Amino acid sequence: METKNIMIVGVGGQGSLLASKLLGTLLTDEGYDVKVSEVHGMSQRGGSVVTYVRFGEKVYSPVITQGEADIIVSFEKLEAARHAPCLKKGGRIIVNTQQIDPMPVITGAAEYPENVLDELKAKNIQIDAVDALSLATRAGNAKSVNIVLMGRVAKCFDIPCDKWLAAIEKCVKPQFVQVNKKAFELGYES
Amino acid sequence: MKKLLLGNQAIARGLYEAGVKVVSSYPGTPSTEITEFASEYDEMYCEWAPNEKVATETAFGASLRGVRSACAMKHVGLNVAADPLFTLSYTGVNGGLVIFVADDPAMHSSQNEQDSRHYAIAAKVPMLEPSDSAEAKFVKQAYEISEKYDTPVLFRMCTRIAHSQSSVELEERVEKPLAQYSRNPQKYIMSPANAIKRHPFVEERVCKLKELGETSPLNRVEMADSEIGIICAGTCYQYVKEVFGDSVSVLKLGLVNPLPEKIIRDFANKVKKLYVIEELDGIIEQHLNTLGIPCTGKEMFSPLGEYNQATIRKAFGMDAPESTAADSVIPVRPPIMCAGCPHRGMFYVLSKNKITTLGDIGCYTLGSAAPLNAVDSTLCMGASVSGIHGFNKAGGEETEKKTVCVIGDSTFMHSGITGLVNIAYNGSNSTVIILDNSITGMTGHQQNPTTGYNIKGEPANAVNLEDLCHAVGIKRVRVVDPYNLKECEDAVLEEIGVLEPSVIISRRPCMLLKYVKPKPPLTVNTDKCVGCKMCMKIGCPAISIKNGKACIDATQCVGCNVCSQMCKLGAIVKGDE
Repeated sequence: METKNIMIVGVGGQGSLLASKLLGTLLTDEGYDVKVSEVHGMSQRGGSVVTYVRFGEKVYSPVITQGEADIIVSFEKLEAARHAPCLKKGGRIIVNTQQIDPMPVITGAAEYPENVLDELKAKNIQIDAVDALSLATRAGNAKSVNIVLMGRVAKCFDIPCDKWLAAIEKCVKPQFVQVNKKAFELGYES
Repeated sequence: MKKLLLGNQAIARGLYEAGVKVVSSYPGTPSTEITEFASEYDEMYCEWAPNEKVATETAFGASLRGVRSACAMKHVGLNVAADPLFTLSYTGVNGGLVIFVADDPAMHSSQNEQDSRHYAIAAKVPMLEPSDSAEAKFVKQAYEISEKYDTPVLFRMCTRIAHSQSSVELEERVEKPLAQYSRNPQKYIMSPANAIKRHPFVEERVCKLKELGETSPLNRVEMADSEIGIICAGTCYQYVKEVFGDSVSVLKLGLVNPLPEKIIRDFANKVKKLYVIEELDGIIEQHLNTLGIPCTGKEMFSPLGEYNQATIRKAFGMDAPESTAADSVIPVRPPIMCAGCPHRGMFYVLSKNKITTLGDIGCYTLGSAAPLNAVDSTLCMGASVSGIHGFNKAGGEETEKKTVCVIGDSTFMHSGITGLVNIAYNGSNSTVIILDNSITGMTGHQQNPTTGYNIKGEPANAVNLEDLCHAVGIKRVRVVDPYNLKECEDAVLEEIGVLEPSVIISRRPCMLLKYVKPKPPLTVNTDKCVGCKMCMKIGCPAISIKNGKACIDATQCVGCNVCSQMCKLGAIVKGDE
C-alpha cells in the first residue's frame, strides 16, 4: 500500500502528543511500519505545533510536506488554514471549531480571519468541522479534545472501534481511561 | 520484540542494552529525553548535572573507574563540554564513553545552527550518526569502538531523529563487569610531558578509524542505477529514499568521522553523477573535494535549516504535489509565556521602566516578544550575568542605574555563578535578577540543584540561592514575588540605584508544575471596564478585547492576579468576589 499521512496540528499545550501516541500505538499493533515526528519541550507552548504520523509497508521520511497529507487533524481553526497547503488533493481536514487568538491578534497587530474554514471549503477542500471542546466537556474533561478528534479520525479508517479503545487503554493512565473512551465515542458518533 | 520508540528513547534503550552504568547530562532540546528515559532503568545510575562540562567530566570519572558511561547534550552544550572533550581524546578511556550530541537544524529550540561534526574533526574522535530509532543499535557499536580504539565517541543526533518515533528491535542488556582500575600517569595525567607522548597515539588512532570506516557495516552501499549516486548520512538518508526509493545508488554513512576514502572512491567510480546531500555544513563534500572527487553538494543545497523530501524534489527540479492555500493572511502564532507565568510580572516592571535587560537562555527569552519587549540580548547560557558586568564597566554609573540582567534558576546554576563571582570580585554595581521558577522549564520540567529533588524525584540537597550569592560576596540579596508588581518595581528601582552589586531573586514556581494549584479565574466587571487596554500590556494569552471590553478566558486564567494590578478602575476581580 501507499504510505498514508496524517498531520496533527494545533497550539502548543493542546495535547497533540497523546493523539500521536494513540495513532502510533494503534497502527503499530495493526502491523504497519509507522513513523511519528513530534514537538517536545515547554518552549513551544502557545505556539503553532505540528505532529506527523506516517504509516504503510515501509516509511522513510518522518515528515509530511506540501500536498502530501491524507488527513489534517486540527485542534484549532487558524491552524487548519495555516497547514492546509500540506493537504493532498482530495484530502480531508478534521477541525475543532475552537478559536484561540495568537498573540499578534491579541495585541491588535493582526486580524483573525473569521471565515477561514469557508474559504477552504470554497476551494473544494473537505472540511469536517466539529465542536470538540463541547464534546470533550460532555465526556467529562475539556482536555480530551484530542481524543474526541481521534474518534472523528477513526471514521476514516477500516480499523474496528474496539482496537482504538484498546489502544486508548495502552496510552493513558488508568484513571483517565474512562473519560477518554467516552471522548472517543462522542467524537466517533458525532 | 519490536516497539515504537522515540529516537531519544531508543538511545536510552541502547544505553541499557550496552550495559552502561553511569549517565550524567544537562537537559537541552532536543537531547533531554535520552537521560529522562535512561533514568527509568534501575540498572543505570542517571543524574542531571549542573552543566555539560560537569556531566562530561563525571562520565570521564566513571569511565576511568571502569564502567561504560554516557552523557547527552544539545549541540551548544558540546561547546560547554568542549574542554574535557579535547583532552579526553588524548587520555582515551577505561570503560567505554559515548557523548550524545543533538543538533537542531532549523533552530526549533536553539540560538544557533552549529554542526557538531566539526567537533569530531577538531577533537579527532570518531562520530556515529543514526538515521532513525532502529539505528540506535549503533550505540552498542559506539561502545565497542570506544573500548577497542581507546577513545571517547561522539554520537550525533538531530531534532528529527531525536523526536521521531519508529520501530526498534529490543534486545537484552549485556552486563559489563567493572574493569580494573590501575594508576596510569602516562595515559591519564595530561601534563605537557605526557600529552606530547599521547598526541602521536591520537593521530595513529585517526588512521586506524579511517580503516574501520572502509569495512564497518556502519557505512553501507545500496547499489542500484549507475546514473545517479548520492552520499548521505542521518536523516537525509530517509529523505533521499523517500524521493528516489531504489532508483538511485546510495552510500549511507553511519561513521561520519573520520570519513573513509576507498569506499567513497569506489562508489564515485561506479556512478555517472555524484551528489552529496547533508544538512548544515558541507563536511562530506569538503572531504570529497580534498580527495579530488567531483561531486555536487552545497551548490544545490543550502547550509541553512532542515531538509525534507520537498527540499530534495525541488533541488532536482521535480514537481511538488498539488496543494491549496487559503487567501486570507494567516497571522503567525509564536510561542508565548503561559497564562500565570511567574516571569511576566517582573518583565512588565522592566519594560515599564525602560530598563536595559541582558537576557539568558530559558522560557524567559519569550520576554523579548511583544508586548513586553523586555529583553535586549540573548547569547548563551550564563552570558547575561557575565555580560552585564562588561556592559556596566563600559558604560559606568549612568549605565548601571538603567541596567539589569535576568537568568533562570537552572541557567544560573549552569553558568551564571562564575559571572556573579566576577561581578563581586571585580566590582561592578550590577543588578542580577534570578528568575527562580523552581524548575528547568524550557526543556520540559527537569529537576536541578536548586529544586531539592534529583532526576528520579527523590529528595536531594537544594542549593540555597541567597546563601550562595552571599558567599561569593554579594551583600544585597533580596527575594520578591513576581505576582506582586509593586514589590518587584520597588526592588528593581532600589537595587539599580545603589552603588554596589545586588541580586534580586524573583521567586514563584512555574505554574505548570503539578503541585502548583491554579486559583479561580479572574473575571471582568464590564460596567467598570472602559476598554483602556492597560491589562493587555502584560501580554497574557488569557486576556483579549471583546466588544471594546477586556475579556478573560476562564479556561486559561489561573488567577495569578497580575492583570488586576494593571487595572486602575478595579474592573478585574477575583472569581470568588
